[in-house]
Amino acid sequence: MAIFNLQINGRAYEVDVTPDTPMLWVLRDHLQLVGTKYGCGIAQCGACTIHLNGTATRACQLQVSMVGNAEITTIEGISEHGDHPVQKAWIEEDVPQCGYCQSGQIMTAVSLLNANPNPTDAEIENGMSGNICRCGTYTRIKKAVKRAAQS
Amino acid sequence: MTTFKTKVGRRAFIRNISVAGGGMMIGFNWLASCNTSPQKIKELPKEWFEINGFLKIGDNGLVTIQSPNPEIGQNVKTSMPMLVAEELDTNWDQVIVEQAPLDVSKYKWQVAGGSRSISSSWEPLRMAGATARQMLLTAAAAEWQVPVAELTTDSGIISHAASGKTAHYGQMAAAAAQLEVPETVTLKEIKDYKIIGHSKKNVDGHKIVTGQPLFGLDTYKDGMRTAMIIHAPAFGKTLKSMNSEAVANMPGIEAVFPMSVYSDDEPQSSFDTAAFNRMAVIVGRSTWEVLQAKKALQAEWENSPERNISQRLFGRSSTKKYPAGLENTSDHNALMASFDFGDKRLKIFRKDGDPKKAFAQAAKVIERTYTAPFRAHNTLEPMNFYADVTNEKVFVLGPVQTPEWTESSLSRRLGVPKEKIDVHLTRMGGGFGRRLYGHFVTEAALISKQIKAPVKLVYTREDDMTFGTYRPTYSLKYRAALDIENNMTALHVVGVGIPEKALYENRFPAGTIDHFLAEGWEGDSNITTGAYRAPRSNFAASAEQSFLDEVAEAAGKDPIDFRLALLERAQINPVGERNDYDAERMAGVLQLVKEKSGWGSPGTENLKRGVAVYFCHNSYVANVVDLEMNGKTPVINDVYVAVDCGIVVNPDAATNLAEGGTVDGIGNALYGQMTFVAGVPQQDNFDRYRLIRHHESPKNIHVDFVKSDIAPTGMGEPPLPPVQAALANAIYSATGKRVYHQPFINELIA
Repeated sequence: MAIFNLQINGRAYEVDVTPDTPMLWVLRDHLQLVGTKYGCGIAQCGACTIHLNGTATRACQLQVSMVGNAEITTIEGISEHGDHPVQKAWIEEDVPQCGYCQSGQIMTAVSLLNANPNPTDAEIENGMSGNICRCGTYTRIKKAVKRAAQS
Repeated sequence: MTTFKTKVGRRAFIRNISVAGGGMMIGFNWLASCNTSPQKIKELPKEWFEINGFLKIGDNGLVTIQSPNPEIGQNVKTSMPMLVAEELDTNWDQVIVEQAPLDVSKYKWQVAGGSRSISSSWEPLRMAGATARQMLLTAAAAEWQVPVAELTTDSGIISHAASGKTAHYGQMAAAAAQLEVPETVTLKEIKDYKIIGHSKKNVDGHKIVTGQPLFGLDTYKDGMRTAMIIHAPAFGKTLKSMNSEAVANMPGIEAVFPMSVYSDDEPQSSFDTAAFNRMAVIVGRSTWEVLQAKKALQAEWENSPERNISQRLFGRSSTKKYPAGLENTSDHNALMASFDFGDKRLKIFRKDGDPKKAFAQAAKVIERTYTAPFRAHNTLEPMNFYADVTNEKVFVLGPVQTPEWTESSLSRRLGVPKEKIDVHLTRMGGGFGRRLYGHFVTEAALISKQIKAPVKLVYTREDDMTFGTYRPTYSLKYRAALDIENNMTALHVVGVGIPEKALYENRFPAGTIDHFLAEGWEGDSNITTGAYRAPRSNFAASAEQSFLDEVAEAAGKDPIDFRLALLERAQINPVGERNDYDAERMAGVLQLVKEKSGWGSPGTENLKRGVAVYFCHNSYVANVVDLEMNGKTPVINDVYVAVDCGIVVNPDAATNLAEGGTVDGIGNALYGQMTFVAGVPQQDNFDRYRLIRHHESPKNIHVDFVKSDIAPTGMGEPPLPPVQAALANAIYSATGKRVYHQPFINELIA
């Protein structure tokens, strides 16, 4: 066990965990920031996507000891009132079915749009391909990303 | 206006005094849902008045509606309260939705299964709204001393035109709550609907996109431990011994012990799943620490003997056989392939006319075999459940599609009366049938009882995928006889499967052919299987609609015209007594998809397209798929979906389900498979089990509904089955090569 000081969503947190603990479980078990989801644990599904210094990262593969001073943003931190343009677009398009993958989808979409504010359909399809939606809401996700890009 | 007796679900209208009033929000905060625009609701009322088991009204006019059924992504948590709100005649913006716990005294059929949530609640939920409205009117009439017939309502406001008096529902709620439930009630005409048929956004939408706790896995409570199981590595094996000491002292580990989930000597429910009945359990303070111990645990496994388990459900008893042995997919495939037409092991399920003679006289015979593998449900949220078992009470909370049956199983296994068991539901990260089988609830409860503390049982992805209630493996073999004029005179189908067949002997095209024979066989397996989104239909449609496409081609007919001609026959002069489909409605969706896709119209000549139509779970769906090949991989450009599910309650959400079912059908048909070697599942995570991804999904999905006044039927399952065949037929159109064996990707890249 060791103490780690983390910067998450603009706040300072201190956790006492083993150094190899993935950020996924630090966020969920220790900080109760449960918007970051467990889906596969092997970086295949994207449900645990967070931002590490603004870059989309799989929290299940990111050991707490590797974070250092980097700034972490989770779904809870992308807007204060749930009104980030991507979140609003998700509501407008009524994207979710079960909803479980959607925080990871949104985190990937925010990162995609930060890097490429006006993506083509193909760029959205490929850029979002690391996030599995078992309910199959992909066409709505694409519409929501386009809507967010236009806002 | 039509007057209805309120007998349906009447027991739900009896007020539960112990819950009523007090200005309390009952339930856990993460179980309550607000409207997607929470800022619109200015403030909560000082006091709530329970009008009936489905709704309570606040003194300020806010309405809380209980959504009784489990929410697995089929959107019932929005669409079921819409039925109540419509007949209550309130403003949807004034509605708060809460997920109801299991309560058999109030609600019927609290199940997410069979696409029945909306159809089974269509009457009771509208009655709940209408009786409440009637009670509010009666209260207003008494206070204002005017005849109740002179009162009208609109968006939660009661008005008396002659006197100009108005009141919002909250002002009459206290008085209404004291009244008797009316014996009869008037329901709205369809044309007067303001909520039903008008798209309403997901009531949990805001919480989902902001990452708030909603799902079972999001449960964290004071004193809660985390538990994981270790089950046998192969079907057909069970726990022999384990070395608990080696991991008991690892950091954060609190308990390590073996557990038997069910007793083989006691009857079980058909929804209890005991493939790996004897398993190891590790309990600790955090997920990561328990995971480390799970990896380190040494266990010895031994072969299971044959088990014959007596099962009971809905008053029926049966014996489920789990044979001994370690099974292989290659053996399953060889066994299913050994069945030819007329094999002595087959049982006849339907025979019309004289098929033998018709085949002897045929000008042309077409014969094809279709197969499909086991599939895992792969809900993105793995199985999990929270349990707190004390001497006084059993409290369980989490994602399960069958809370009532699970409560019965818990009661039996724990020896605790149902009155002492509370089952609460969370939103579920997918269901697809997997969460019908609530063994993980019993497991969580047994663990809590053993450690005398609250616990959350968490399956890893690997646990989830290798302890499935898989879609069975199937084969359907067809042969059709054509006469000299290319009329289909006979059809013979052989459906075999392990451990069940996918044969619907009374569905289309039965009833359209003079000479018809349907035979089947089912083999035993110790690999656990269960309902998987559109059980059996999820393969039957793919095989049948692919075969009919070949028959149409052999007959030199357009595939839509060919099917429409059969359906016309079924309407005018059906064969046989029992045909379990409405040929007119089936033809209706086929005509709609023909129109919407521009099938056969100028400009579509070069499209590579396939069509299919299917009926299941009381709804009708037809598809046209347009694709092109990128090397050996299909690129799906457009999918047209025509649906007849009666009245569409929440059109945008129903469209979403149709889109999702389309993607799920295509993804599973192209990529999905579970295979076994010596009982060991060969896929245990998404690196080896291929799920359809964004770039592989259809680029556009066009959904249209048949306009209908028929009571609504299900949308969860019907959109999945036919698109698989439309895909296969489109692949043929693009490549000139038919695909017969799912997952199709294997044949495409071969």
